[in-house]
Amino acid sequence: MRRLLIPVLVFGCAVRVAQAAPYTPQSDDAVLERLPFKASAAEGRELRQLRRALAGQPQNLERALALARRYFDLAGAEGDPRYVGYAEAAIRPWSQGAEPPTEILVMRALLRQYRHEFDAALADLARAAERDPGNGEIWSWRSAIALVQADYAGARAACDKLAPLASTLLATACSAAVDGLTGKSAQAYAELSAALARRPDADAELKLWIQTRLAEMALRQGRDELAERHFKAGLALGVTDGFILAAYADFLLDHGRPAEVVPMLRGWERSDILLLRLALAEQAARLPGAAAHIAMLKQRFDASALRGDKLHLQEEARFHLYLLGDAPGALRLAAENYRVQREPRDARILLEAALAAKDYAAAQPALDWMRRSGYEDPAYARLARELQAGAK
Amino acid sequence: MSRALALLLLIASFTAQAHKPSDSYLRLNIDGAQVSGQWDIALRDLEQAIGLDANGDGDITWGELRAHHADIAAYAFARLSLKGDANDCPLRVTGHQVDHHSDGAYAVLRFAADCAAAPAAIEIGYQLFFDFDAQHKGLLNLEYQGRIQSLVFTPERSKQRFVLGEMSALRQFLSYGREGVWHIWIGYDHILFLLSLLLPAVLLRQRRQWLPVARFGDAFWDVFKIVTSFTVAHSITLSLAALGAISLPSRLVESAIAASVVLAALNNLAPVVGGRRWVVAFAFGLIHGFGFASVLAELGLPRDALVLALVGFNVGVEAGQLAIVAAFLPLAYVIRASWFYRRVVLFGGSVAIAAVALVWLLERALNLKLISA
Repeated sequence: MRRLLIPVLVFGCAVRVAQAAPYTPQSDDAVLERLPFKASAAEGRELRQLRRALAGQPQNLERALALARRYFDLAGAEGDPRYVGYAEAAIRPWSQGAEPPTEILVMRALLRQYRHEFDAALADLARAAERDPGNGEIWSWRSAIALVQADYAGARAACDKLAPLASTLLATACSAAVDGLTGKSAQAYAELSAALARRPDADAELKLWIQTRLAEMALRQGRDELAERHFKAGLALGVTDGFILAAYADFLLDHGRPAEVVPMLRGWERSDILLLRLALAEQAARLPGAAAHIAMLKQRFDASALRGDKLHLQEEARFHLYLLGDAPGALRLAAENYRVQREPRDARILLEAALAAKDYAAAQPALDWMRRSGYEDPAYARLARELQAGAK
Repeated sequence: MSRALALLLLIASFTAQAHKPSDSYLRLNIDGAQVSGQWDIALRDLEQAIGLDANGDGDITWGELRAHHADIAAYAFARLSLKGDANDCPLRVTGHQVDHHSDGAYAVLRFAADCAAAPAAIEIGYQLFFDFDAQHKGLLNLEYQGRIQSLVFTPERSKQRFVLGEMSALRQFLSYGREGVWHIWIGYDHILFLLSLLLPAVLLRQRRQWLPVARFGDAFWDVFKIVTSFTVAHSITLSLAALGAISLPSRLVESAIAASVVLAALNNLAPVVGGRRWVVAFAFGLIHGFGFASVLAELGLPRDALVLALVGFNVGVEAGQLAIVAAFLPLAYVIRASWFYRRVVLFGGSVAIAAVALVWLLERALNLKLISA
């Protein structure tokens, strides 16, 4: 379970920025690729065993699910979407049927949300919950996906269903996450920090997640120093996690401290999300690495466009706005992104891009969200005021 | 319980994927019966499919990859099929290399496919990695007659068919159209011939005097008749020559074109043909058509899309012509009543055109003598 949360960067080799022409390596010893885990390690052995077991009995549901789970966990741990494709293929014999078994529905929902097919994922989870309402996993996912869609009533309802099935700390975390986004961040902060204090024995991963949420709630109340203390407490847990790094990097960038971002994110270039922050920091600090990292990002976005994927529109919008200086392009991407993902960060880039492009009407969906949700954050309120002033 | 907990945590980082999903990059170049290709396949995927890391140290070296070259080709070719007009075009390896894409190292498989004859349609079946990776995509770049078409193979869409003529039809049409426009613009002899006929269109010849036409409609109608008859005439000979029905020596054609310009310009100075200049446009248009045909012959006509190219070129010539007319007519109409138009533009212009065309005529005739000597 620990690995689930650790996007370990095992790849050591540098990614070539410019796409080179095909070549013939000079020596047989030239290392072309480092695999994400050693094939001889227990992990690789376990995976091979699961694959072999399924190959022996391709119609065995339990084996397929075990392999799909393993792949899905790996996708989270390594941030590698390849494993999602592997998992999908493993459950394909069942998921393509008219009435997939409940476990397959849940698995398929997880894979679908990974690809940002949120409505399809929720539909699967709703069907699964009808058959197995006592399954806490289903409710925790429904709450999490509803939050991404800014459906706070749906998220709260799912937390209510989760509460009797989970620990107090987890139940509090679930409801505090919703409250923190709907104008009650002071109350949510107090409840969540108290719940955390009562459980010093909690998993480091859960503590990390809660510290990140507490930092965000503090930011929304304008308590920036308190937020930074939570970020630092989270990082001090020693759990490697891309999400807190991204959130803390954004915090530092917002506070004009790009020089601190660069050493923190060095070595994380493999992650598009963190590479973007690194390039933003290098540009703000006028460091020479910026140009190469901007080129690298461009190549990544081009590659996913070629494939037809739109999973990183929020980052692509920020890339266009702040690194390419292309406000209209950024606005187009941010608006497209906001139709699918509606977390605060998604709203923020829409506000910023609309402001930069002087297309004030385009920011309306994000402004509506701020009004309806009661989201508190002085930085967002400032953006909204600037937009409203510009529109006049 | 612990799973629910973990999953709630995971959601926070689920967007933070570090890589892109699996793709392969397939390039095909079709040149008649010869098909050559390059297929970039991720080492990560090959490791999953057939196992490359022989010593299990987590590194894939060139030596390990080289040892698996035959396996890779056999595995990949079993999952790619190429059919030219429903006949298999068997694949064979022509080389192995390495390349890097944004997500890591790729084995580069170069190959050739031998079709029995140049196919009119090609069908590509792609099955690589679909059995174990439902998200894998094959990104194809198909190159045919200078045009590159891109498309994506997915498990749901693993077979695609191209009609090769069709594929490049629009592109060919446009490219020949562009050539047509270009040729009329750089072909000063055609422009000057047309201008010579158009110059008097805004005027009326009465009692040996040039008088301005009263209405724009009169000028427009005159121009319309001239341009249409020129177009119809050169379209006829252009088509006949391009299709090989008639062929004239190009030196004769070029000299005749120069002569036509001289005569058209002189007609403005001492009018012989007055209101029936459209007849002149038609008669000499037949000669100009042969001139266009020789340009088209130099461009080379695609055997499978002859008519298309011909029509495209012709449409291009007309478009170029219309652009000239559109620039000329309003301007000429506005200044038609002035002394400047009659003396400088019409008289002076026609003298200049006749002089230039006479030089061309001599040059081309001279060339004829030199070449035949």
